[in-house]
Amino acid sequence: MLLEVNDIATYYGSSQALFGVDLALDEGEVLALMGRNGMGKSTTIRSICNLNPPRSGTISFAGTSTSRQPAFRVARRGIGLVPEGRRCFATLTVYENLIAAARPGRWTLERVNELFPRLGERRNQLSQTLSGGEQQMLAIGRALMTNPRLLILDEATEGLAPVIRQDIWRAIRALKSDGLSILLVDKTLSELLPVADRCVILENGRSVWSGEPAAIDDAVKDRYLGI
Amino acid sequence: MSRETVVNFILAALLLAVPLLANAVGQPFYITLATRIAILALAATGLNLALGLGGLVSFGHAAFFGIGGYAAGILATHGFSGEPLVFGLSGTNQMLVIWIVAAVTAGLAGLAIGAISLRTSGVYFIMITLAFAQMVYYFAVSWPAYGGEDGLSILVRNQFPGVSTMRPLSFFLICYVVLLAAIGLFALIRASRFGSALQAARQNPVRVATVGIRPFRIRLTAFAISAMMTALAGALFADLNRFVSPSMLSWHMSGELIVLIILGGTGRLFGPLAGAALYVIIEYALGGITERWQFFLGLILLGVVLFARGGLLGFIAGKARHG
Repeated sequence: MLLEVNDIATYYGSSQALFGVDLALDEGEVLALMGRNGMGKSTTIRSICNLNPPRSGTISFAGTSTSRQPAFRVARRGIGLVPEGRRCFATLTVYENLIAAARPGRWTLERVNELFPRLGERRNQLSQTLSGGEQQMLAIGRALMTNPRLLILDEATEGLAPVIRQDIWRAIRALKSDGLSILLVDKTLSELLPVADRCVILENGRSVWSGEPAAIDDAVKDRYLGI
Repeated sequence: MSRETVVNFILAALLLAVPLLANAVGQPFYITLATRIAILALAATGLNLALGLGGLVSFGHAAFFGIGGYAAGILATHGFSGEPLVFGLSGTNQMLVIWIVAAVTAGLAGLAIGAISLRTSGVYFIMITLAFAQMVYYFAVSWPAYGGEDGLSILVRNQFPGVSTMRPLSFFLICYVVLLAAIGLFALIRASRFGSALQAARQNPVRVATVGIRPFRIRLTAFAISAMMTALAGALFADLNRFVSPSMLSWHMSGELIVLIILGGTGRLFGPLAGAALYVIIEYALGGITERWQFFLGLILLGVVLFARGGLLGFIAGKARHG
């Protein structure tokens, strides 16, 4: 397994957000992390990246525990995060955003520009002046420039125009066919389920269901996803 | 070519033209004034790296300015007297050697001070850098071997190969070339991956960690390079005045460097030069009219902070690209 999360409990101060989350992701696999708002999806991601280290439970990446490793070291070991809300470095240009994160590997500036030609066109533009969709492309490009073994996308298509969403989903499918392991959080089930190999559903900070996308029937949707 | 680039060229050309003209008409005072501008701009360019790009509001850069000054003073004193310095090493009157000693000493001090200070942020960072600078200041005051409170005179200006440093214009040209080299280095750093990471860390240290950047190390490196540049300016300042005193290490000096950057434009390539020019011109023009010229400087600073956040360069050349 590339990533193994076993029974983690995570807190914000004294308030507990995760009560026992388990998930596992194999090399080259796409795992969808699902659940209604406030169920712990983003906290799970923050725990994996060690931005909010869990107080109990274990997380191992590529066979080694990530506990007591600062976030930058976890990232260097190969976890690339595209955070919710994009969060590019506002006063840096597109080019500077990308090179700031660059680490040697298959993903280079040229390859990122091939995936998102718009980033090449906007190379010298400040990221704060980009449209929402372009910022999202930049956030994904920035994570790819770290040459991750696992890419985590937290609500990557949220708040984007439908046509831009299609671009982002096209890119995600291209990354999958390229063999990249992806952990994906998204609300658009019609796009998410076809691209996912497996799904894990969270409820109230616990992983309550896991299985293949085909097994998510109306009863599961109604029970856990509120659809 | 952007408007800022044009303004930068004009500033650089003016700084060169004034002493050349002053030399032609036999007014060496103005050459000294321009030299002072170049040296203060160099010191502020150093601070601009930490403050402008890294967002590190160091209130202790006088420590590095003074370390550079004392490196020049102490080496020159031993070079003149022939007394060995430490471990049988002798002093020197060679500027190039002095610059290296000044930069290395300040770089090491910057690493030590930064290693502790950078564990804090905000007002604590400001206070801890101030505290370190004050420690160096009081150390210099209580060090009688090198003049203590009275300071240390450099009897003859230090030497530079092939140049008569006693000629005001020659010494100005040395300072001018060093300033342009420092501005060039600043531009290179800003355009590099390191510079992008430094600016990214300024915006959000947590977010940079998620892309594998360790903010502490990036900032520490920037702080040390910044200290080295400011120390180089200190060594030149000592040679300009042929005198070093603890006042170079005082918190007033640290404040002055911050004021220069704010006046000129934080994080901008030629901001420190614009700020230093404005500062020295105000000091000269108003200082001739009233002893309380700082009061008017305060008003100007207030105006800049309230109405022209990009400083003089921002006012002339438009919105800041960085910072």
